[in-house]
Amino acid sequence: MPHLATYVGLADHSEQTLADSFRAIAEGHAHVADVFHTCRLLAGWCDRHREALAPVVDRYGEQGPGQEGVDEPERLHAAGLAQAREGEVGLLRDLQDLHVLASLVQSTWMVIAQGAQGLRDRELFQIAQDNGTETSRQIAWLDTRMKVAAPQALIVAP
Amino acid sequence: MVTANATDANTGPQPGSGTDRTRDIWGERTPHPRGTPWPTRVDLHLEDGLAEDQVDSWVSSACLLCSNGCGCDIAVKDGRMVGIRGRETDRVNHGRLGPKGLYGSTPWSHSPDRLTRPLVREGGELVETDWDTAMGRVVARSKQLLEEQGPLSHGFYTSGQLFLEEYYTLAVIGKAGLGTPHMDGNTRLCTATAAAALKESFGADGQPGSYADIEHCDALFLYGHNMAETQTVLWSRILDRTRGEDPPKVVCVDPRRTAVAAEAEATGGVHLAPTVGTNLALMNALTRELLEHDEWVDHAWVDAHTIGLEGLRAAVAPYTPEKAAEICGVDADAVRRAARIFGESEAVLSTVLQGFYQSHQATAASVAVNNLHLLRGQIGRPGCGLLQMNGQPTAQNNRETGADGDLTGFRNWDNPQHVQELADHWNVDPMTIPHWAPPTHAMQIFSYAEAGTVGLLWISATNPAVSMPESERIKRILAGDQCFVVVQDLFLTETARLADVVLPAAGWGEKTGCFTNVDRTVHLSRQAVDPPGEARSDLDILLAYADAMGFTDKDGGPLITWRTPEEAYQHWSAATRGRPCDYTGITYEVLSGPTGVQWPQGVERLYADARFPTHTEQCETFGHDLTTGATVTEQEHRAQAPAGRAFLKGAPYSPPHEEPSEAYPFRLTTGRTVYHFHTRTKTARSRPLDERAPHAWVELAPGDSQRLGVTDGDLVRLEPPRGSVDVPARIGEVTEVPEGTVFVPFHYGDHPANELTMTVWDPVSKQPTFKTAACRVTRLGAGNPTDQGEEG
Ligand code: SF4
Repeated sequence: MPHLATYVGLADHSEQTLADSFRAIAEGHAHVADVFHTCRLLAGWCDRHREALAPVVDRYGEQGPGQEGVDEPERLHAAGLAQAREGEVGLLRDLQDLHVLASLVQSTWMVIAQGAQGLRDRELFQIAQDNGTETSRQIAWLDTRMKVAAPQALIVAP
Repeated sequence: MVTANATDANTGPQPGSGTDRTRDIWGERTPHPRGTPWPTRVDLHLEDGLAEDQVDSWVSSACLLCSNGCGCDIAVKDGRMVGIRGRETDRVNHGRLGPKGLYGSTPWSHSPDRLTRPLVREGGELVETDWDTAMGRVVARSKQLLEEQGPLSHGFYTSGQLFLEEYYTLAVIGKAGLGTPHMDGNTRLCTATAAAALKESFGADGQPGSYADIEHCDALFLYGHNMAETQTVLWSRILDRTRGEDPPKVVCVDPRRTAVAAEAEATGGVHLAPTVGTNLALMNALTRELLEHDEWVDHAWVDAHTIGLEGLRAAVAPYTPEKAAEICGVDADAVRRAARIFGESEAVLSTVLQGFYQSHQATAASVAVNNLHLLRGQIGRPGCGLLQMNGQPTAQNNRETGADGDLTGFRNWDNPQHVQELADHWNVDPMTIPHWAPPTHAMQIFSYAEAGTVGLLWISATNPAVSMPESERIKRILAGDQCFVVVQDLFLTETARLADVVLPAAGWGEKTGCFTNVDRTVHLSRQAVDPPGEARSDLDILLAYADAMGFTDKDGGPLITWRTPEEAYQHWSAATRGRPCDYTGITYEVLSGPTGVQWPQGVERLYADARFPTHTEQCETFGHDLTTGATVTEQEHRAQAPAGRAFLKGAPYSPPHEEPSEAYPFRLTTGRTVYHFHTRTKTARSRPLDERAPHAWVELAPGDSQRLGVTDGDLVRLEPPRGSVDVPARIGEVTEVPEGTVFVPFHYGDHPANELTMTVWDPVSKQPTFKTAACRVTRLGAGNPTDQGEEG
C-alpha cells in the first residue's frame, strides 16, 4: 500500500503548509482583528491534525512528495502562502488561496478515509474523519469571510 | 462638558420622592410571597420643590435610561419637562422608578448646551447654519458618492435610544432606498450577543420570558448581570421576593462581589466568580454536571423538542467541576452546588448581560444558558424564564426593524422568500435589498470608513468616540478627510465635535414614538414639550433626507409614504405580520391604555407550546459555527430537519486573546455604575446622579493594592499593550474585584476605559470584547481630594 502511505504523507505536509499559510495571512492582516485571531486559531487546528496523525505516519512510514517512486501527488502539492497581499482586494485573494489549500487538505482526508476503510484501519479512519470534519469547518469560515469581504473589495475598494 | 447652569436646573432629590434615592437605590421594600402579585409603589420626582398638583399636565411615556422600560408619566409645567412619576398600572414597574429614571430623565432637556441649530464644518471649524444648508451638504455628498461608487459607499451607525418608527424609517432608507449593507447600531456593543444567542438556540430573536417570572420562580440565575446597578427597578422586584416569604435561591456568576453576589449568599444560593474570560469553561462544567445527574434532565421533553443533545454532551464532557476550578479559579463544590440548584428547582429564571456578552466566547457562553433551560424543559411556563437582557432601552427595536443590519421583522437574509416579502411590502426590486452581502457589523463599518471606501458615515444618537474599543483610533477615523461624517444628537458630544455636519435632534419627551423593553413590552412615549430651537425629531430628519434624495419605489412613486410616527408604526406593523415579532393588533390606541403591551399581543411567554421558529422556511438564521462564526448553509440546516425543535449547541473553551503576562500582569475588565447610563450624555447633566459618581476610577483588590503600595484615592496608571489612563483607586468597595483583576467603569469620555480595550469581537455576534485585556498598574502618587467635585 505505498500509495496510501503517500497520501498520509501528503496529508501531513499539506496540513503543515495550511498551518503556515494561515499564520502568514494572520500576520499580514494583523490589523483586521477577526482575520488575525481566527487564522491563528485555525492554524492551531492544523497542528492538532498533524499530532493526531503522527502515530499513523510512524506506522505507515511517511513518503513525502518528491521522494523517489511516488510521483503522482507531486502535482497535487500546493505551495503555501509566504506573504500576505495588501488591502481589501488583497485580503480577498489571500482568503481564496487559503481556500484552495484547505480544499486540497479536505479531499486528501476524504481519500485517506476511503483507503482506511478498505484496510479496516479503524484508527486511521477515525482520524481522517475527525480531521476532515474540522477542515470543512475551516473552509466554511473562509467561505463566510470571503462573502463579507467581496462586495466592498470588488465594487468600492480603490 | 457640563456647565454649572446645566445642573443647577435640577435641585436634586425632593420631598416628593421621600428619600434620596441616589443612596436608597432600590427604594423601600414591599416583600411578598411566591406566586402573589408584586405590590405597587409609586415613585415620583419633581424639580424646584414643585408639588404634584402644580404640574400642568402628565404625558404618558416610559423611561429611556435603561432596557427595563419602566412605564411613567412626564410632568410638564410651563412648556418644560419638570419631573417624572412611575405608572402604577404598568406591568413592568408597578409604579416604581430608580435613581436614573427619577433624577436623569428630564434635567438634560433644558440644559443650555443643547444643540439648537445645525452645524457645518467651515475652514476646520463647526459653525451654525440653517437646515437647508446642512441637509444640502449631506445630500450633495450622498448623491455624489452614489454616482461615483454606488450604495456601498454609505454607512449608518445608530443607537439603542431612537424610537421604533425612526429605526424602521432608517432601515427602509438603507435597505430599499440606498441598498447598503453597512448599517449597524451601538447595540452591537451591548446586546448583539443576546440576539445571536436567541437565534442560535431558538431560530429567531425574541425573549422567551416575562418579568412576571420573578414572582413565580424558586431559583434565579444571574449570569454576568449586575442587575442591582444596571436595571435597579427589576432588582427591586427581585429583592421583594428574596426578602419575602418563600424566597428563591439566587445564583450569581460575576467575577466581582456585587450586591447580586451578596444576595446569592444571603438566600442560600451560590456566588461563582470565574476569572475574567473563562465563562464558557464554567458553563460547560455546569452543563456537564446537569447531564451527569440524569434525573435532572427532562428526557421526554428534550427528545420531543430539541436536537443536538449528543453533540452537546460530547462538547462538555471534558469539563468536570475540577477542570472548571482549574480554569476559572472557582471552587469545584460551588459548581456542583449551583448545578444542583438548577437541577432541583421547579422554576428557574435566568438573566444574562454584559459580563457574558462583552466577554470572550460571548455567544457560546450565552447559548449555554439557553441549553440549561432546554435540558430541563424549563421554558414558556410561569417562573421558567429566560431573559437575554438588553443594555439599552430601544435596542430591541433596532434589531426588530433591521436598522442594525438584521433583516426587517426577524427575517432571514439567506431566505429569498423573506427578501421577496419585504420587496413586496416596500414595492422595490428584491435586488435592491442588499441580501447579496452579509450585513456589515459596526467594527467593520469603521474599518471601511478608515479606508475611505465608506465615504459617508451617518451617526445618530450615539457617541462612538467614547464607547467603541480603541477609541483613539475611532477618533482618528472620524476626524480624517477620507470619510464625510454626519452626526445627529442632542449635544455636541465627543463624536459630534469631529463631524462634518451636525444635526440637532429632539430627545425623549420632545417627540412621539414607541419602544420595546427586554420582556417584549411595547410602550408609546408621547411628545410632552417642543424641542429647543430648531432641533427636529430623528424621524423628521430622516424623512427630510429621503425627500431630498428622491427615493422611489419600482413604480416611480415615493418610497417613504409616511409622515407621522403613527403612520410609520402602521407601516412597520404590517411588515411584521406572521413573523415572530408580530406587532399587528398593538395599535397606538391599544398602547394608550394603562400599561405597555407585550408582542405578540396576548402572549406573556414565548414557546409555551414548545414550538420554536426553527423551520428552515421560518427561521431568522440558519445558524453559525460557535467557534469560528462560519455560517451554516440552507442545505445543512434543512438536513438537520429542526422542524420546530430548539438547538442544543456546545463549544469548547479557549483562553482569551490577551492573557496576563509578566509585563502586563493584571486582567482589566470594564463595566457600569448605577448612576450613569452609556456615555453620560444625559446622566452627567443630572446633579444628584453626577455628584455620586463624577469621575472614572479603578477598583483594586485589597491584596493587590497592598503589594503595589496603593491606598484608597491614590492616582494610578493603567497600561495595557495599547494606550493608558490615569485614574484614582478605590479599594475594598462592596463590589470587590478578585485578586489580579482591576475594574474600570466605561462611561467617562475624559478617562475612556475603551482606549484600553482590544479590537476583537465574538465570532458569531460580532460584539466587541470589552471585558478582557491584560494591563499593568503603577502608582503615580497620592490622589487630589479637591478634585472630587469637578465635572467630567
Ligand atoms: S430601571 Fe431603567 S427604565 Fe426603570 S427607572 Fe431605572 S433607568 Fe429607568
